[in-house]
Amino acid sequence: MYRYDELDQALVDQRVAEFRDQVRRHLAGELSEDEFRPLRLRNGLYIQRHAPMLRIAIPYGLLNARQLRALAAITRRYDRGYGHFTTRQNLQLNWPALADVPDILAQLAHVQMHAIQTSGNCVRNVTADHLAGIAPDEIDDPRPYCELIRQWATLHPEFTYLPRKFKIAVTGSAEDRAASEVHDIGLQLRRGAHGEIGFTVRVGGGLGRAPAIGQITREWLPLAELFAYLQAVLRVYNLHGRRDNIHKARIKILLKSLGLERFRAEVEAEWQAGRADAPQLTPAELERVRGFFQPQPYETLADHDPTPGRELAFKAWYRYNTRAHRMPGYRAVFVSLKAHGAVPGDMTAAQMEAVAALAERVSFGLIRSTHTQNLLLADVPQHALYEVWRELAALGLAMPNIGTLTDMIACPGLDFCSLANAGTIAVAQQIQQRFNDLDYLYDLGEIEIKMSGCMNACGHHHVGHIGILGVDKHGEEWYQISLGGSANGYTALGEVIGPSVAQHEVAATLERIVETYRDVREDGERFIDTLRRVGLTPFRERAYAVHPAAA
Amino acid sequence: MRYILRRRDIVADPWRYLGEEAGAGDPLIVPLADLRAERERWWNWTGRLGVLLAPSDGVEDLRADLPRLDLAALQFPNPGDGRGYSQAQLLRERRRFRGELRAVGAGVRQDQAFLLARCGFDSLEPAAGVDLEAVRVALGRYDVAYQPGAPEIALRRQRFARPPQALRGPSSTLRQHRIGE
Repeated sequence: MYRYDELDQALVDQRVAEFRDQVRRHLAGELSEDEFRPLRLRNGLYIQRHAPMLRIAIPYGLLNARQLRALAAITRRYDRGYGHFTTRQNLQLNWPALADVPDILAQLAHVQMHAIQTSGNCVRNVTADHLAGIAPDEIDDPRPYCELIRQWATLHPEFTYLPRKFKIAVTGSAEDRAASEVHDIGLQLRRGAHGEIGFTVRVGGGLGRAPAIGQITREWLPLAELFAYLQAVLRVYNLHGRRDNIHKARIKILLKSLGLERFRAEVEAEWQAGRADAPQLTPAELERVRGFFQPQPYETLADHDPTPGRELAFKAWYRYNTRAHRMPGYRAVFVSLKAHGAVPGDMTAAQMEAVAALAERVSFGLIRSTHTQNLLLADVPQHALYEVWRELAALGLAMPNIGTLTDMIACPGLDFCSLANAGTIAVAQQIQQRFNDLDYLYDLGEIEIKMSGCMNACGHHHVGHIGILGVDKHGEEWYQISLGGSANGYTALGEVIGPSVAQHEVAATLERIVETYRDVREDGERFIDTLRRVGLTPFRERAYAVHPAAA
Repeated sequence: MRYILRRRDIVADPWRYLGEEAGAGDPLIVPLADLRAERERWWNWTGRLGVLLAPSDGVEDLRADLPRLDLAALQFPNPGDGRGYSQAQLLRERRRFRGELRAVGAGVRQDQAFLLARCGFDSLEPAAGVDLEAVRVALGRYDVAYQPGAPEIALRRQRFARPPQALRGPSSTLRQHRIGE
C-alpha cells in the first residue's frame, strides 16, 4: 500500500496543527459556529444528534494492521469502543468530544491517516473496487490512480470551496464494484489498442434528492491527461455550478441544465486551453506510486477446495463470504459486519484488533473496507481458510450472508444523524429478524437492500434492488420502498412502488415482495433479473395485498 | 485609512474604489460594469487603473482590457464562495496577468489566506476589523503542497509540477526563483 514520504507526512501534520488552531479559536469564541462549520466540515467533523461525528478517511478502502489497531485504540480512548464503516469506505466515530478531535487527528497522522475532505463542499475520499489488484476480471489496478487523485485533490488551492460535495470513484474491472456511475466523476479503466492505459469518464452521477446516472463525457482519456481533464471538469463546475440552492448545487444539475453536449463542449474547451498549465503526471511519478501497489509476495500454491469433510456452516461461509482470487491457492475473504442483531457496518475495538492480528498472520497485514460496509482480507491462502473461519466466527464476523438480502447497506439513521427522518438501525434489525433463516436467504439468492434514513441517500436506496427510504409523516417514521435499482455496471435507479409503509410493516412488506419473486422466477434467475423481466406490477400488487393499517 | 496585506506586509492601501474619496493621482479600482459603460473614459485615464470583478463575472471577457489594468480585485462575498479561486487561476495562468491580484470581501480570512495566495493573489483585503497580522501568519501554515501553485507562496516541497513550457513568458525567471527560495 502507499507509504507517506516526508512531504505527505508534513502535509497531514500541518493540517492537524491548522485544525487544532481552528478548534482552539472556536472554543475561545473567536470563531462563531457559522464561521467554524465550513472549516470543521472540511475535516470530517459534523455536529450530530448526540455529539460530534468524525469521519476518518480510508483512501480507496485500504488499511494496514497498524492503522486498524490505531483506529481501535482511538475508539477506546476517545469514543465508546466501536466505529461505523460507511459506503465511501470510511470510518465514522459517533461520540468524540470536540476538544479531543485535534488529538485524534494527531494520532491518525502518526499512522499516516487523516480526516481531510471527508465532508464539506470539496473533493471527497476517492473510492475503488474492494477487489482491486486481485479480481480475475480486472483491466488494471485502480488504486495507484486513486492515490494520485487523492494527492491531486488534497487541499487543492482552486477546488476547496466548490458549490457542493464532489465524489470520484475509479473502477478497473468489467463488473463495477465501486458504483462509479453514481459518482460526480466515475472513471473506468480501459486499455487502448496498444495496451496503453486510459479512462472512460462519466460525469454527473449521484444520489441524494435528484438521483442521476453519470453520462459519458469522454470515451477515452489518455492516462497522461488525467489531471488536466479533472481540472477542466472541476473548473467548469466551480465557476458555473449553482450556489444559490444547496439542493441544485451538485454537478449533475449543471450538466442537466447545460445539456450533455454543451457541458462536454465546455469541458473540452477548458481542457484544451488549460492543458499546458495543468499539473503533470510524469512517468516517474506514476512508477513511484504504482510501486506501492505491486502484487504481494505470494507463495506458489495450487487451488484446492477446503470444504470436503468440513461442517456445513463452513461450507456456507466459504460459498458466500469468500471470492475468487487471481492467484492460484488464494481467496479473498469477507469479514461480515452484517451479523443478525448487529448494526450494519459497526465494528468494536476488540474486533478491529483481532482482525488486524489475523490479517498479519494470513493476509500480508492488509485489510480493506468495502462499499457494502464490510471488511475484506484480500489475500488469504486457501489452506488457512478453515482456521480463518473459526476465528472470525468466534468474533461474530463470519455471518455467511455476503451478497444476500441481509448484507444490506444502511446509514446510521435517526439514532445518530441529525438529518435523518427514520431509525434505519431498528428497521435493519427488524429485517434481520424476519429473514433469520439462512436456508431461506440462500434460496432468495443475490438481493441488494439499500436503506437511507433521509433524502440525502447515504444508504444509496436509489440503487438497491430493493431500496428503502425513511420519510417523516407528521412526526412518524414511514418507509418508501423502491424496486429495480442497481449500481454495478447495469446502473438503474429504482422505482417507488407505492405509498410508504409504517415502520413495523417494513420487513413483512419485503417478505411479500420476495415471495412474489419466488413464485414467478425462472430456474436460476436472480431477483433483479426476474424484476427486469416481469416488471414491477406483480410485486407492487402483492406488496400492498395486505393494507398496512390492517396488519 | 484602509490597511491590506500585500505579499507578506501589512500596508496602507494606496488604491481607492470608484466612489470613494480620492486624490487626483490616486490609483482607482472600477467595477467591471462601469469600465464597460464608459470604455472611452477609462481607456484614456492616465492614472493607474484596476478592475473589481464579481464572482459571476467572466474572466475571459476581460481579455482585451488586461494590458491596460494594473490590478484586478476579485470578490469573495463569503468563505464558501470559491469562484474567485478559479477566476484567479485563469487570470494568472491563462492570461498571464502580472498586475496586482487582490482578494476582497468577507470571504477573505486567515483560514483562506494560504489557498488564496497559492492561486496567485498577492494582496488580501479582508472585511474591516479582521486581524491582518493573523492573516499574515496564516500564509505560513503550510510549507508543502501537492499541486503546483503561484509564486506568492514559497514552498519547501511540492509534488506535481506544471509542464516545462508553462514556465515560459515574461515572468518565468521570477517564478522559478520564488518557488525555490
